[in-house]
Amino acid sequence: MSRAATSTRTMASFALGRPGAVFALVVLGFIALAAVLAPLIAPQDPFDLAGLDILDSELPPIWQDGSEPRFALGTDAQGRDLFSAVLYGARISLLIGLLAVVIQAAIGVSLGLLAGYYGGTLDSLVTRLADIQLSLSTLMMAIVVMALVRAGLGGAALSQFAVPLLVVVIGLSEWPIFARTARAAVLVEAPKDYVRAARAVGDSDSTIIRRHILPNVLSPLVIVATTQVAGAIMAEAALSFLGLGMPVTKPSLGTLIRSGYDLMFAGTWWVTVLPGVVLISVLISINVLGDTLRDWLDPRTRGR
Amino acid sequence: MQTVLSGLTFIARRFFQAVLVMLAILVIAFAVRTSLGDPLREIMGQAVPEAERAELRKELGLNAPWPVQFARYLGGAARGDLGTSLIYKKPTVAVVLAKFPASFELVLGASLIVLVLCLPAGVYCAVRPRSLGARLILGLSVLGISVPVFLTGILLITVFSVWLGWLPAFGRGETVALGPWTTGLLTGDGLAHLLLPALTLSTIMLPLFIRLVRSAMLDELGHDYVRTARAKGASHLRVWIVHALRNALLPLVAVGGLQAGTLVAYTLLTETVFQWPGMGFLFLEAVTRADVPLITTYLVLVGLLFVLLNTLVDIVSLMLDPRVSLEGAR
Repeated sequence: MSRAATSTRTMASFALGRPGAVFALVVLGFIALAAVLAPLIAPQDPFDLAGLDILDSELPPIWQDGSEPRFALGTDAQGRDLFSAVLYGARISLLIGLLAVVIQAAIGVSLGLLAGYYGGTLDSLVTRLADIQLSLSTLMMAIVVMALVRAGLGGAALSQFAVPLLVVVIGLSEWPIFARTARAAVLVEAPKDYVRAARAVGDSDSTIIRRHILPNVLSPLVIVATTQVAGAIMAEAALSFLGLGMPVTKPSLGTLIRSGYDLMFAGTWWVTVLPGVVLISVLISINVLGDTLRDWLDPRTRGR
Repeated sequence: MQTVLSGLTFIARRFFQAVLVMLAILVIAFAVRTSLGDPLREIMGQAVPEAERAELRKELGLNAPWPVQFARYLGGAARGDLGTSLIYKKPTVAVVLAKFPASFELVLGASLIVLVLCLPAGVYCAVRPRSLGARLILGLSVLGISVPVFLTGILLITVFSVWLGWLPAFGRGETVALGPWTTGLLTGDGLAHLLLPALTLSTIMLPLFIRLVRSAMLDELGHDYVRTARAKGASHLRVWIVHALRNALLPLVAVGGLQAGTLVAYTLLTETVFQWPGMGFLFLEAVTRADVPLITTYLVLVGLLFVLLNTLVDIVSLMLDPRVSLEGAR
């Protein structure tokens, strides 16, 4: 039997011992699929303001009195179909979360690999920079930057560049987590025989780092990436909830929660609660999967 | 003597660093002010002819090169003058500081809840790692980490204010003025208003601190001195609390200091949900209405708080474990 097949089978049996993880995977997969296919599934384009009718506003979900079958999950204050808005909102939230982590990983992993491999001045510089960056809270930095952009350029400009801005702001801040993980892993791998062998046959430093070391330090990085995605999605939701993220015309899950919050205690609970449920499901699923992955890749805890 | 000296060097160095960081924050605040704000608008509003504006600009020295202007800004900062708020027409420092008691009491309430719960929960999870209770606590802490703080707040309001009607949902309630400090801690109404926001804010910090106490305790319990203490006949409880927990507190203080910035951000979110009239709420109002002097003042003051807290944390760490300082000072 091939090694891959064995590994798949043990992974499957490991997963079966953890029904929570399987459930999380199913929930996350379902939401992610719905978000990717949003343009095909959604009955309405929530960004097309011309397609909204104010007469449809604040209709409840179909299981409540006074609902309309056209709007399965009801509508928001602008008459937007909430089901479509949640699909597109999840799409935006996941997109920003993933892209931000791609930036974090790109910066962090390269700096960490180089720092760990070359050591010396570069290493102390990267470590010091990472310490400084970590002592500034990500969320607070993001709030400050978005607030300044908003105060400087106005709400309209902010809404135009919201997605790239959020990706960069959230992406630039948490690279030290990747850098530290990568650096620590390189320090373990670099003195090993296979690296010395590669050097002996004349491989360049860049080949050694990319082809030999990187594949061997991937698993801790994957674990970090998982929890980072949850963190990035949460940061985006928090910014949008504060009115410093996605605009009402292009709502993410956080924006929807915020826009519904003003109406919530007047009885229009669904605009806040339904996106909130989706957001929490995404975050819990990712965190549970991250924990499971950590246990799976860390042999010390595998037997438990 | 040697130890005391290097301890003092350490504190002096930390103090110097703190001053440098504050300078950097002031540079940023100054840059933001000069590029985003219009000082003339602070004084005379917008409907003033250009000739008059130019006159005043010259009079105020706004045409001076920026190092001169920055020096003036620094001088103002040293005297506690960071500008005038556009919304409130009052000195920004006074406006922000007037909101400080509300935020402080919120954070204080949340910290008390975290402290009271995280120590027993963390110790319990460390000494009985496989018990049902420990698994339950750790499971709940994943939940606590996963639920954004504003949703926790909304959930608590829904349950305790809307459904049960037990606790108020918004604002600070009745407050008492003690000189410049308005406190909500002395009235029943104020305390009732504090409970939900403080609980909300604590849920986001609690999981982290439970995990922290747990792992620090697990580390300590593996050490020889714990075994020695047990062998000398000390009770389990005494060993856990007097011996191991005391040593486990060090990382708690250090990480607690690192979390200060995050705490400010979460306080901002909590204040938004509960319309708590604190500094964060004020900051968001300033952002929405583009009150640049107020925004920069908030940033400078929060930065100052952050720097003071971090310096304090380092000094406390030094008192808890002299080795930290000696390595740092060398």
